[in-house]
Amino acid sequence: MLAAPAHLPLHAWHVAHGARMESFAGWAMPIHYPLGILGEHRHTRAAAGLFDVSHMGQIMVRALAGDHLAAARELEKLVPVDVMGLKPGRQRYAVLTNGSGGVRDDLMIANLGDFWYLVVNAAAAAADLAHLQEHLHATCSVELASARALLAVQGPEACAALSALVPAVAAMRFMDAGVFAIDGTTCFISRSGYTGEDGFEMSVPVAVAEDIAERLLSHGSVRLIGLGARDSLRLEAGLCLCGHDLGEDVTPIEAALDWAIQPARRRGGTRAGGFPGADVILTQLERGVARKRVGLRPEGRPVREGAALFADPTSNAAIGRVTSGTYGPSAEGPVAMGYVPISLTPTGTRLFADVKGQRIPLAVCNMPFVPHRYHR
Amino acid sequence: MAIRYTAEHEWVAVEANIATIGITDYAQRVLGDLVFVQLPAVGSSLAKGAAAGVVESVKAASDIYAPLTGRIVEVNPATVETPGLVNSDPMGAGWLFKIEVGDPSEVEELLDEGAYGKLAT
Repeated sequence: MLAAPAHLPLHAWHVAHGARMESFAGWAMPIHYPLGILGEHRHTRAAAGLFDVSHMGQIMVRALAGDHLAAARELEKLVPVDVMGLKPGRQRYAVLTNGSGGVRDDLMIANLGDFWYLVVNAAAAAADLAHLQEHLHATCSVELASARALLAVQGPEACAALSALVPAVAAMRFMDAGVFAIDGTTCFISRSGYTGEDGFEMSVPVAVAEDIAERLLSHGSVRLIGLGARDSLRLEAGLCLCGHDLGEDVTPIEAALDWAIQPARRRGGTRAGGFPGADVILTQLERGVARKRVGLRPEGRPVREGAALFADPTSNAAIGRVTSGTYGPSAEGPVAMGYVPISLTPTGTRLFADVKGQRIPLAVCNMPFVPHRYHR
Repeated sequence: MAIRYTAEHEWVAVEANIATIGITDYAQRVLGDLVFVQLPAVGSSLAKGAAAGVVESVKAASDIYAPLTGRIVEVNPATVETPGLVNSDPMGAGWLFKIEVGDPSEVEELLDEGAYGKLAT
């Protein structure tokens, strides 16, 4: 795909703020601003960061007959998650599975009262939309939320910054979601994010996005943060990046996402199974898996995505692979995640990664690398 | 002492028969904040173009090459301890290593400032 990358609604505004723009998932994205990735990462954990994630897909699902729960019932045919039990004003993490139990994409599903609001990854947005429409068209309308930007404000000062615009957000808890008015426009706001910090994601009409971004930025604690720091923040938080840590050949159980499958959808639950790959996934939940995603702490230098993993320094038989790796500015050292055989998952297990012929030792460790600070 | 450059975005300052080597300001800006520097072993002999070390930013790893054939006579350990030194002063305190020049004719093959300037845009 060599087509020119699409521009975010605030493209010119990012450039005017000194952003270094690079192509990601078909979009020209701000990778970092003059502050730099390290400074932006640390600022987000110390104060607050403003992220433009408008490249992500925003999808609205509405029951055609007006029976809101009927749409949840249909969504449950595509995800192993308890959607029907998701109360109005609440959001939940989910994965779209394939027939062999692999992950097509991961997403957020929010119950916004009379419709279901989904946020999906940019790279999979078109495929997700087609997949949802194919399976839900008889009972639901499935539409991309058009002309909407998606902004995230994350960090310990995020609530102070956003509540200056929308006082009601201060009362939200982690994973609450709702419809709010900013200057008479309709905004969807959730108390969630992709950094491990307290914070919010807000869907706002493109027409007012720049004004809202400027007003958030005028709060003394807020700086603009690019995609580079977003990646190191989410990795330190132990959160998966779909297409890297998750994919069509990895099940949610192998990915250590058991927590995302609520009891109602498990064997013995009130609505057990009924999603693609249910046999594989529910059997793995009961009997375990052969390999699993683990946290890794490389010694000395970062180990990047794709590095082969070995059980000892001289073996030539790879036992696994690193799926994400970088330097963790708040962890103050290299951090990574990858897949290893279940026998090598205990915390402290010593492994070796191949980095250009050099064997870098790493230790299996618990995630997150930096404690979550959600407002529960 | 004229500063020379390579197409791999390194600078080379030759004084007597000792060449001091680092990455250019353009290179450090493109790489972003460095978090790891690996330097060659003092005493090792490298051929022109051989991998001599690694600099890594949060984003990516990048090889450093020997711009000249010769023996490594000194490295700058301050950059290993504080990789950010390469960002803040790439052509000064952020120098990386020194080579005892084995073949002076190779120096003439390096880029001058004008030629390098066209690459670093």
